[in-house]
Formats: sequence, structure tokens, C-alpha cells
Amino acid sequence: MGRDDEPVDSMEIDGQQQLKVEGPAAVPDGFNADYLRVYYGKLFPYGDFFQWLCYANDGKHPGCDQSYVGRREFSFTLENDIYLRFQSFDSAAELESSIKEKCPFKIDIGPVYSVDPAKRHAYAQSGNNVFVPVERELIFDIDISDYDDVRYCCSGADVCKECWPLMTIAIKILDTSLRDDFGFNHILWVYSGRRGVHCWVCDTRARKLRNEQRAAVADYFRVYKGGENALKKVSLAGPVLHPFLARSYTDVLESFFEDKLLLSQKLFASEERCQKILDLIPDENVASELHDKWQGNSRSSISKEDVNAARWKQLKTTLQLGKHKAQGLRRCVEEIVFLYTYPRLDMEVSKHMNHLLKAPFCIHPKTGRVCVPIDPNNCDDFDPTAVPTLSQLLGELNAAGFQTDSENNWERTSLEKSIRFFRTSFLQPLLKACKEELESAYNAKLQQSKNSLNW
Amino acid sequence: MEIVRSHRQLAAAAAAAAAGGAGALPTYRAAPQLEVRLEEFELFAIDRLRVLKGISDGLSRGKRPEEMEKLVCELWKTHMRHQDPAETLNKDIISHFVLRLVYCRTEELRKWFLSMETTLFRYRFRLESPESQRMLMTEFQLPYKALPHSEFEVVKDKLSQVARSIGQSANVESVFFKVPFEEVPDLVASRRVFLSKGYAYVAMSQVVSLVVTQFRCNISKALVLTNRKWTATIKEQEKDRLTPIVEALSNAYFGPDYSQPKDAVEISLKDIDQLAKSSFPLCMRHMLDKLRENHHLKHGGRMQFGLFLKGAGLKLEDALAFWRAEFSQKVGSERFDKEYAYSIRHNYGKEGKRTDYTPYSCQKIISATPGVGDHHGCPYRHFGDENLRAALNKMGVGGHALEEIMDKVKNRHYQLACTLTFEATHGVSCDSGINHPNQYFSESQKVLRAKVGAVIYYTLTVFLVLCSYYLAELIFQFNMWGFNAQNQTVESQSTT
Repeated sequence: MGRDDEPVDSMEIDGQQQLKVEGPAAVPDGFNADYLRVYYGKLFPYGDFFQWLCYANDGKHPGCDQSYVGRREFSFTLENDIYLRFQSFDSAAELESSIKEKCPFKIDIGPVYSVDPAKRHAYAQSGNNVFVPVERELIFDIDISDYDDVRYCCSGADVCKECWPLMTIAIKILDTSLRDDFGFNHILWVYSGRRGVHCWVCDTRARKLRNEQRAAVADYFRVYKGGENALKKVSLAGPVLHPFLARSYTDVLESFFEDKLLLSQKLFASEERCQKILDLIPDENVASELHDKWQGNSRSSISKEDVNAARWKQLKTTLQLGKHKAQGLRRCVEEIVFLYTYPRLDMEVSKHMNHLLKAPFCIHPKTGRVCVPIDPNNCDDFDPTAVPTLSQLLGELNAAGFQTDSENNWERTSLEKSIRFFRTSFLQPLLKACKEELESAYNAKLQQSKNSLNW
Repeated sequence: MEIVRSHRQLAAAAAAAAAGGAGALPTYRAAPQLEVRLEEFELFAIDRLRVLKGISDGLSRGKRPEEMEKLVCELWKTHMRHQDPAETLNKDIISHFVLRLVYCRTEELRKWFLSMETTLFRYRFRLESPESQRMLMTEFQLPYKALPHSEFEVVKDKLSQVARSIGQSANVESVFFKVPFEEVPDLVASRRVFLSKGYAYVAMSQVVSLVVTQFRCNISKALVLTNRKWTATIKEQEKDRLTPIVEALSNAYFGPDYSQPKDAVEISLKDIDQLAKSSFPLCMRHMLDKLRENHHLKHGGRMQFGLFLKGAGLKLEDALAFWRAEFSQKVGSERFDKEYAYSIRHNYGKEGKRTDYTPYSCQKIISATPGVGDHHGCPYRHFGDENLRAALNKMGVGGHALEEIMDKVKNRHYQLACTLTFEATHGVSCDSGINHPNQYFSESQKVLRAKVGAVIYYTLTVFLVLCSYYLAELIFQFNMWGFNAQNQTVESQSTT
């Protein structure tokens, strides 16, 4: 079900004509089927994309599962909002020709099923539920629109430089924990094209998790609780924090809150905003004490210190030092920081194998931006407003001059950086590990059959 | 398992050996070779069902682990314990295998049974001595060795931090097992273990999670096998003897099915607001309010509320009209038809795998985890104190009744709180308690219909008394007429 709340803009520009009329470099902004056709024709990295989803099962090795990639579901959303589910492809060439032919506005990736999803009806006849998902990357979906109650710069699907860092720290926290706590190595972060990020954990172990185990990982990350009517959406019980939360707090959240968010979102700049934070303090006396203090100084003192920083400091000292060290208040400072900064996951996406997720390198129809990978080690530098757009890429192609069907047209566009990153930092290490696993599983099997023969 | 009508030769020891399990806690790995009398076949099963049902109630009240432990212990003592330990063991094993037959037959039955048996096993395991816990670990062939001292020293501080974070003392237990995190999903989910590089460090006192994962996995597989056997052979072979018992057992204790509206009741579009005011439980009223206010509900809300309406008797066409009327104000009717109509038809079994979905029970609603912007879930559980009070006030509940409800909420008796709300707003007692929002609705309708009937009866009686006073000579005729008239009115009222 769609989550964007405005209807799709009608296509205002006839791209084909514009393309011919305009000079080589400038291509008008926008998103339409004609632009998209050029993108799918010249730029989409089919080879790398397909290789990823084969997980080394496309080689000559006798341990390969040749049916593997063909059991993966792809889903296309066409221009007129027609959904084509349960598409499957045995080779990169098949995938490529289908995408070029259908020109999907959106490509989703589903799980690997027990049988070829395109032929699921044939198997359904035999009963016994043979058509079931058997493998799927562990995925996470984080949307900036879920942070609307704690950001004042934008709301809904809008994103700017002031609130995007919320996504950046979500990446940092999850990435660190997925690697250090859960031991995963092959993690792909992707810009969702408009208002969030997607995460694909691709280790074999992650792909084989059962739903219950996926839910457990998602719950491990869940701090934000309660629907719209819960009073306290973040509640940290216990005298100390779990090592994961403690590390997230000291390494990332605390400094991010104090050095960036506090000032960029002006969290204490108005009566209303202050009240919102004061409401999180369970002791009414303390809250009203602070309230009175701030009422007084908002007009009179024109101190050099920023009002947000000053008030936060006051709140912290009041809660942490002196007479208020009661049980309930001890956690309160941390709770406020967690509420305003800690990642908010769309839990349902992660919990079930059969959830679809938009493929990397798609173009977002509303923004025209490419869903490019994000390097978690340099995620601070990622700027969603600088992500290449469809029209920009076409302009670059034009500028470079159409060379007769060169393999790697993308090398001459700003997509190059993204595809190189995908290839060298994600795909190559992943395939290396997959091949090693394949090899050792195969050897173990050989050994086993040899042993049983001897016996 | 042999089932005989005549004498039985019990061999509890043999049974125990066959069913697995070193001591008092069997692991039910294989059906024992022993003879069971037909009466016991049924009686034992009913006793075990009482235990499982009690557990299910406890879970839906959101009881804490300590409370559950006490509850399970009591339930077991009341229904299963026998003076002779061998007898108890026997009954334990027989009743388990009988219920496997009963609950293997549909996905929903299997899920319920699996989850209740697992909970039962979990709390019984916790009551076992450390030695017998170790023996059970061996029984399940868990290959884990205790963490060597050198490794333990490295992570000791972290282990202590985890222990304190869950409110235990900082003195770390000394026996830990390092296991792949996949083996202890419940401990991972609640952050009750230290995780490092894919391994969870499980304390001896948490070993129950490991064992339970294994137990659950075994029973789950066994249920699927039993189902195959049942449909392939047993059902036919036993059609005169066991089949009727088995089929009766699964119905007897499984609450009513709300997937089809009861008594062919239908509700129509224009009545929804009126009905919401008079007969919807708080969770559903709240969602209707929010839907009217925002012209939108997120997925969880659409499911919980949509299926409730279906269960209450809203036909598919009306449901589509209802949702369209609201959603189109926000997203436009074209987008509604494209993106949302599908899932409504889906709920009615008209799309996809064409399952006719069942309205959510209180248990399911209470265990929901509403997130940002969500309005579903159980208000008694998911609302903050102030919001709940305000919502109840809006329903006209105040004073003493309100305090009583808040008290139940504080003790996490959410369904009791809802029951009290029902009683306060309807002015009658509800002895069965509220287990399902659709039950709330139909009980409420019953009460309201009876009240309407009573009013008519009362007016007629007054009328008759007046008549009889002025027209003494016609008393007899009027009484006859009045009696009939009352009945007719009441009947016609209840059919409208």
C-alpha cells in the first residue's frame, strides 16, 4: 500500500520533444517514461545488480544452485500504477530486456521462494503449501516522515539539510550494531530517493533468518514505543542501559543532540517546544520550576549563549545534579535524547520475509533522484539534495555525446561514483565470501558422502 | 499410543522413557506405547485444556513473567497433579498427545496450541532444579559448553551491565553459554543478553530460552506430521471412536468464531456513528473518531477496525463506501480505488489468497505494538493515563467506576478494565468478561434490545392499568389484548 500522500503529478513535459529540441547539455527537470527509457537503456547497471542477487550461484562451481536467482520475486510498478508481481528472471539478459520493455516506474525486490514465483500456480495445484519464501535479505526501512513530531524544519515527505542528519545517525547506529553485535558484514545502505533510507543485510546468515528471528532483531533496535496516545514514547527502565543503548548514546546520540539537533531544530525556541520537553519530565515540580525559570529569562537576558543550549544545560543540571536524583528522573535526560534522535524503524518491513522493498538504482518518480547506495563510513557527507537526478544524468550523457552503445555509459555521468562504490565496497567482498561459503559447503558435502561410502 | 476400553497396564517409567524427559518434565519426543482408557483420553485432555486456556487468559491480561510463573504453577496443581507422581506423568503425556491430535488440524489451531504448550513448558522448566535443567539440555542435544573462564573475563563487565540493565544484581552469574543469536530470539528481542559478533551470551538462568526454542521447533514439526497422519489415516480409521471426541474437543474450548457475523445481523452505513456511540468498545470508537478526524488510518488501524466492522456485519460494498468516503477526502477517490480498495476486498477474502480474515481478538489487539501515527491497539494498554481518562470521560464514565477501571489498568488487567467500562456504560453486569471487540458489540446490542423491549413492556403495563381503572368492565378483554400486543411489539422491535 502506498504511503506517499499526494497523487502522482501528471506529466507536464513531453520529454521526447524536449530532448530533441534542447541542446546537448541541458535536459529539463522532471520524470517521465521517456527519460526513464533512456536511463534503463543506457545507464541502469544490470550486470552488477543481477550478480548481487545471484550470490555467486551463477558460476561454474558444481556447488552452485542454478535455480537460485530464478526463484527470486521482482515486482514492477508500471506508469499507470499497474502492479506486476511475481516476475522472475534466470539471467541478467532476461531481466534487462524485461525492464527495457516494460519500463517500470518502480522495481521492488521480494524474497527467494521455494519455487519459481512465476510458476507458483502450477505448484499450488499440488497442495501442501510448496510456494513459500525461503530466503530474504534482512531489511530495514527508515522514513523521515516518522520523525514529524521532533523536527520543526519540514514535515511529511520533505527533507532538508537540517533534518537529514537524523537519517545519518540512524545509519550509524544500526550499521555499527549490525556489524559488532550481530556479526554481519555485507550491509548495503540505499537512499530511498526521497525521504529515507533502506538497509539490506546480505550475509547468508541474515538471508536465512526465520520471521521470528527477524522480529527479534527488529525488536532489539526498538526503543520508540506506543502509538499516538502513549504518554511516554521512550521509556528506559533499569539502573543502567544495555551496552548497545549505552554505546549508541555516548558514541552518537548525545553529541548529535547537543551539538547539532538542539540548535538546528531550535528545540527550546518557543513556549510550545519547551512545554513538549517539559511534559517528558515525570516530576511536575521539577517541570514547573524549569518552566518558571525560562519564562523569566526569555525576555530579559540577552546572553551570548544560544537559548536552546542554555535551556538544555539548565534542564540537565536540574535533573542530574542535586536533589532530584530520584529513580524516575535519573533516566529522564537520556529519554529525551533518545526520543529526539534514536532511529525509528518501520518494524513491519523487517519482520517478515515476504515484504517487498524498492531496488537500489531505481528512480524516485516524485523527485527524479536515483536510489544510490550510501557509504556508511562516510554517511555524514551524504547530501540527499545532491543525489543525481534523472534529468541531470541525461544531460551528462548528452554532454559526453552519445557514443555508439558503449557498455559503460554510466562512467561518463555522476552515477559513476555510486556504481563504483556498489561494486568495490559491497559487491566484490560479498561475492568473495559467498564463493568461499559455497566452496566449503561443497567440500563438506563431498567429505560426508565419501565417509558414508567408506563406511 | 494404544487406546483401550478395558483394563489398562500403566508403565509410567516406560512412558517417560519413550516420551523423553529425564524427570518430571517430559519433552514429548515420541508417543508412548501405553494403553489409555477412552474416558481418560477425553478427561485428561479436558484437564490439560483448562491449563492451556488459563495460560492464554493470563497472557492476554499482559501478566508479567513472575505472575505467569505463579499462574502456571497453580493451574498445573489444580488440574493435572495426582498424588502418585507416576500418575501425574502419565496424565501429562497422554493429555499432551491427545491435544496434539485435536489441535493439529488447522493452521490457527496449531498456532494456538504451539504457543500455549511452549509457554507451559517454559514456566515448568523454570521450576526445575539446575541439575534437571542440565539434563534437559542434554536431552535436547544442545551442544553448548559453558564459556571458558578466560573468555568470560574478557566480557565480564558487559555481562554485568546487561544484568543490571534488566534489574538484576551486578554480581554476574558464573556459568554462561555462547550461542548464535538466532537460537534465543526472545532474549535478543528484549535486550536481555549481551551480543557480540553474532553470539549471544546466555546465563544459566536464561537457558530456558534455548531449551524452549528447541522445544517449540520440535512440537511445531510434530504437529505438521500429526496433521498429515490424521488426514491420511487416523481420521477415517477412528471415525466411530476417536474422531468425534477429537472434533468436539477443539470446538468446546475455542471461543466463538467471529469471522462471520452472528445471527445474520447486518449493520448499515448510516448507523455506524450511532452504533459506535452505543455499542463499540473504546478501541474501535477511538479509531472511528480518528478516521473521521484525519480521513486516514494507518495499516494496523485499517486491519483492526476494518475486520471488526466486517465481524459486526458490515457488508463489503458498504465497507468500501465507508472507507472511500473518508479516505477520498485526503487522498482522492482515484487513489483510494487504486491503493486501498484492494486491501479491503482482501480482508473480505476477495483478493490474493482469498482467506476470509477473522476479526482480531483482545489478546491480539493487546499484544499489538502501535508505532508513530498509529491508532490501533488496546487503549487500556497503549494510552497514557491522562488520555485514557479523557477518553473514558467522553464515553460518560466517571467517578468511582472510572477509578476502578484505572485500577485494573494499573494492574494490567486490560480486558477486565474493558469489561468494567462495558458494565458502567450499559448498567448491567457482564459475567463472561470481554475477550473480543465483536463480543463487546454483540453483548451491547443484546442489552440495548432488551432495554427497548422493557420500555415498551412498561409503557403498555401503565397503559393497561389506566385502562382497567376507567374501563373496569373491559379488564378481561384488555388484558388478553395487551398480552398479545406486548409480545408482538417486542418481536417486531427485535426484527427491525
